[in-house]
This record gives sequence, structure tokens and C-alpha cells, in this order.
Amino acid sequence: MTDATANSTGGTPGRNAGSLFDKDPRTRKRNAAETRFRMMGLAAVIFGVLCLVGLLGSIISNGVSAFSQTFIIVDVFLDPAKLDKDGDRDPDKIAKVTTFGYAPLIATAMEQAMEQANISIEGLGKKDAAELVSKEAPAQLRNYVLNNIDEIGETVRFKVLASGRIDGYYKGRVTMASAELDRNVSPAQLQLADQLKAAGLLSTGFNWQFFTAPDASDTRPEAAGLGVAILGSLYMMIIVLVLALPLGVAASVYLEEFAPQNWLTDAIEVNIANLAAVPSIVFGILGLAIFINMAGLPQSAPIVGGLVLTLMTLPTIIIATRAALKAVPPSIRDAALGVGASKMQSVFHHVLPLAAPGILTGTIIGLAQALGETAPLLLIGMVAFVREFPDGPPDGFFDPASALPVQVYNWTQRGDPAFVERASGAIIVLLIFLVCMNALAIVLRRRFERRW
Amino acid sequence: MNDMSRLERTVGTKNIKMECRDCQVYYGDTHAIKDVNVDIEDKTVTAFIGPSGCGKSTFLRCLNRMNDTISVARVEGQFKLDGEDIYDRRVDPVQLRAKVGMVFQKPNPFPKSIYDNVAYGPRIHGLARNKAELDDIVEQALRRGALWNEVKDRLDAPGTGLSGGQQQRLCIARAVATEPEVLLMDEPCSALDPIATAQVEELIDELRQSYSVVIVTHSMQQAARVSQKTAFFHLGNLVEFGETGQIFTNPVDPRTESYITGRIG
Repeated sequence: MTDATANSTGGTPGRNAGSLFDKDPRTRKRNAAETRFRMMGLAAVIFGVLCLVGLLGSIISNGVSAFSQTFIIVDVFLDPAKLDKDGDRDPDKIAKVTTFGYAPLIATAMEQAMEQANISIEGLGKKDAAELVSKEAPAQLRNYVLNNIDEIGETVRFKVLASGRIDGYYKGRVTMASAELDRNVSPAQLQLADQLKAAGLLSTGFNWQFFTAPDASDTRPEAAGLGVAILGSLYMMIIVLVLALPLGVAASVYLEEFAPQNWLTDAIEVNIANLAAVPSIVFGILGLAIFINMAGLPQSAPIVGGLVLTLMTLPTIIIATRAALKAVPPSIRDAALGVGASKMQSVFHHVLPLAAPGILTGTIIGLAQALGETAPLLLIGMVAFVREFPDGPPDGFFDPASALPVQVYNWTQRGDPAFVERASGAIIVLLIFLVCMNALAIVLRRRFERRW
Repeated sequence: MNDMSRLERTVGTKNIKMECRDCQVYYGDTHAIKDVNVDIEDKTVTAFIGPSGCGKSTFLRCLNRMNDTISVARVEGQFKLDGEDIYDRRVDPVQLRAKVGMVFQKPNPFPKSIYDNVAYGPRIHGLARNKAELDDIVEQALRRGALWNEVKDRLDAPGTGLSGGQQQRLCIARAVATEPEVLLMDEPCSALDPIATAQVEELIDELRQSYSVVIVTHSMQQAARVSQKTAFFHLGNLVEFGETGQIFTNPVDPRTESYITGRIG
């Protein structure tokens, strides 16, 4: 007894003889360690959030301007002398007039517009004025004429795209100073644009074409849109969903509920886990070798992309589904078997419905992953320049198409700075799709969980 | 039920419902059940008692082949239901389990409505031709489960929302709804409070009128209260099997006596 008292007053470790209000050294040390750990954790979170904010900020500041677009309003006289020399309104002959044949019409229209608005700028020729209009405009005009042949000879008001440099001027990308050095635009043209704007002939509006138009060539960034890429991505997602979900669920239900436990199923299990970690470009090479070279499927087609992405998504779905099935309490299986349900009845009536939220979440996460995948698509030719829209499904699955992430990659490779803005805009669109899919996963999960 | 009655109680019928001979169960290399011979009589409550891990539940699960779902379990010996070997190659375990129902230790209602819980068995076995018949079966089962009065107004409520005791009675009603011939109960009261336990025990005594009931229990008082026959398991062996009154008042084997008096287990 005396020893114990002596020890405690002597302050040996392990016994705190003092008041509860005094912290002993061990407690202080422990608390300090905890505080340090908390600070480090907090720092990690703050670092992560800052990175995310920086990334999103840069993408949005670069890309949000892609959603607005400068247009010029011109009254074009559809000159019969140029479009229909014989005057017999024969569609075949009119179709022979190429896009280049329409360019002079727009040049004339621009000249007239300047005259009417009393705009005259020194050192600005007719040709220079016409350069304000996008090179895409004659094609737009030609399409209109071919669809409305009876309007030849009339004056029609068109809202045509302004060229990329003029568009950039109103987005702050092009300035008077940069125009001095630019071969594609002169300060005089920018002045003209300003005056046209003052006259109400030049305006900026929401860029619907960004979502509906196909890709455009290097010289006309203002006309480039995501239409084909969105459609291609959509087709691929349909293929992935239709193939990967049933296959993945069937495989995991079999492996989890029915398969005997032996070396073979163990090997399959290990391989599925490994498959999930295989770099996606390997799946691209596989797709190229098997689906295109051996099976002879067309290049750049959503069907090939969809198949490759299915292979990539399957392991994700299988792993998520198996985890969801494992999470169903065994007592539910016992209960079903106990009242005389067969194995399959117990799985389909009780286990699968309970696992559905997990399966859905896994599937949607897998789809979102597939939606953002680029590397395998590059190998199967989805990076090609595609201006033709694919047909409706199912034929369209075999037509050439692009995909959203590939379109981003494609645009970042181009020279014109306007494509940087487009690429960032496409990233925003892609991110919005991803956020929507993840939100859908959360909503479905909530909904199902409440029901059960 | 008071403890006095068990001494006077006599077993009405001597029909043997299930006959188990030289039963062995292995879990991998572990020999879990060794040479067990038990006869389960019709319209009788048979209790399996014994310390934890002695194989009572394992043996119970052999009686409706629930051990089939455990891949490492291996069952040997003869298990006969009405003279038919239930481990015969021709026997479909699904059909067997419809005849030999089971109630588990933890109440495990399906996460569905009370009605659907009870109606599930009759539905998959096709016991009802129409909705009215099914309604009738559900009501009868819930009445036999002594739950009807408590839930008749909320049959659409989820079964998982009931209290623990109600859930267990729902599970019993669910098992009864398929009209089994033998009802296996694996520690049905271990998760219940004394009041719910009393209700379930009362229920078991009523079920005895129509079924043969086998109950695994940790509570010796419970075995004494509800059963007519008792089997005492120890380390995988069946030590003693006989009339409940005799086991509890005059055990033959010293191990049984030690367990009952609380010296082992």
C-alpha cells in the first residue's frame, strides 16, 4: 500500500494522482497528435477542394463562351442569274451550283447592308467585308435554296454565323491590337463589326448549334458543334446499357448465388477483379483486333465503340452487383428457402429486388465511366472527322460517328484558338451529362430504398 | 402453462414422423454431428437442448436439408420423413421444405407487407386458386400465429415495421401458411423479451395439435415448458433422448444432469 502511494505521488507513468483539471503529459501528447491528424486531414480536403475549384473554374471560364455565338443578319438576294442560269428551276441544275457559287451573293448582301446603314470604313473592300461572315454561311444558304427553290429571285433575310475572329472579338479573345498582327482579321473589319452591331445587324445569342451542328473544319470553328458526338455517345451508352447490364447481372447472380466454390470460380473471380484494372487502351486494341479486323465491323461506328465500352464496363457492373448481392442478409435467403422457395425464386423474388439499388448505382457509375472514356475510342477510329449524322438506331449503330470525349480531344488538337473555347464547352457538356447520371443514380437509389 | 402440467402430460400419438439413424454431419474436416439417432413423433413438441456449438441447430437444419446451402457441409446417415429418405437422390429439397417448415433464430420477415409475407409461401406453392382463398389462408395463418388481432387493420404495412415478438410470430404464421407437416424452430425466442416469449410458447403448444414441432432452445425452462420429448446434445453427440419429464427429473446420463443443474454448458 505504501509503495502504491509513493508511486502515485512520485508521478510514475500510468497513474494520474493530480486533479482532473490538469492534463498529464500523456494526455497532452495524445491530444496534440489528434489535433495534428485533424489538421492534416483538413488540409488534404482543402487541397482537394481547391484543385477541383481551380479545374472547374478554368474550364468554365474558358468554355462558357462556347454557349454564345455572334450572328450577322443579312438580306440576301437569291440572284437567278447565278443560281439558275436557264431559268427553268430545275433542282438538278441548281444543285450543281457549289457552295462557292453562293459566296458572291453574301458578299453583295454585305455591301448592300453597309450602304443601307451608311457605314463606310477606310481601306475596307467588298471582299474584306464579306470575310466577316463565316465560311459556313454559303453552305447554309445553299441548303436553304435547295429546299426552297421557288424563292429564287427573292430577297431573303438570313441570320448567318459571324466568322470565328469576329465572334472572338465579342468574347474578348480578339482585340484591336491582336488584329494588327492577325492575317485573318484586320482592325478595320472589327470596326465594321462594331458599326454593324450599332446598326442592329450583328447580335450575340445562345448557341443552339453547339448542340445540334456536326463538327466543322479547321477554318470555321464558329460552325463546329457537338451534334454527332452527342448522338454517337448516346448510341454507345444504349449499346453498353443493353449489353452490359443483363450480362453483368446474370454473371454476378450466377457467380454469387449458384456457382460452386472451386478453383475455377476463384480463378474467374480474380480475373474479373483484374479486368477492372486493365488500362482502357488495351480494350481498344482488343476491339480493333477482334471487332474490326476479325468480325469486320465498320470503323468509327458506335457499335464497335459500344462493344468495347461494354467489355470495359462489365467488370465494374459485376463487382458492384456482387457487392450488392453480398450485402443482402443471408437470413432473407434462409427465410425464402425455409418456406419452400426454390433457389431461383429466392434470388428473383427477394435477393435481386433488395440488391437493385446497389446494382443500379453500379451500372450508372459504370456507364458514366464509359461515357468519359477516350483512349479505346481513339484506336477504333472514333477520332475521325465526321460531319454526317448517323441514321436512327439500329442502322445508325453502324454509321460513323464521334463521341463527346473524343471530340474534346479532337478540338484540342486544332490550331485555331476558337477551338480551345469549343473544347472547354464540350467538357462542360460532358460534365453536365456525368453529373446528371450520378444524380440519377442517387435518386434511383433513394427511391428503391424507400420502397423496400 | 405451468411447470406442473408437464409431468401429467402424456403423448397422445406414437406415430413416428421423422426417423433419423446414424446421422453424421461434417463441416469440412470438423465432425459436427456424431452418430445421432432421433425419432420425432407426430403432434409432439420435441426440444433439442445443449450448450452452444453442440450441434443442435446443425442437426435441426438437416431435417429440411437447409445444410445443402452450405457448400462445405456433408451429411450422412438416414433421415426419413414418413418412411421416405429425404436425402434420396429423387427428393427435391424445395418440395421437402414445403412439408418441413422452418422458423429461424432471428425474426426474418421479408421486407414486404405483412400480407405478402404470409401469402408468399401459398403463392409459390399454388395453394390458393384465387384472391379470396389466399386472403382466407393469410387470415388463418395469422390467426394461428396469434397475430391476426394486432395486424388485421394494417396488412399492407411492412412486416419489418413490427416489433421483434410480432415479427417472430409473423415468421411463424408465414411458415404455417404453407401447411407444413413438421415445423422446425431454431431458438425462436432468443431475440424476444419474456412477454413475447410467453406468447410464442403458447403458440407452439397450440401448433402441436396439428404439427410435429421441433424446437432448439438454450433455455432449459423453455424446453421443460413446451416440449414432450427432449434431446440433449453435447459436443456433437446425442447424450440422452427421452420424455421431457424424465430428462429433467431423472436423467440417466451424468452429463445431462450436470447440464441441467448448471454445472456444464
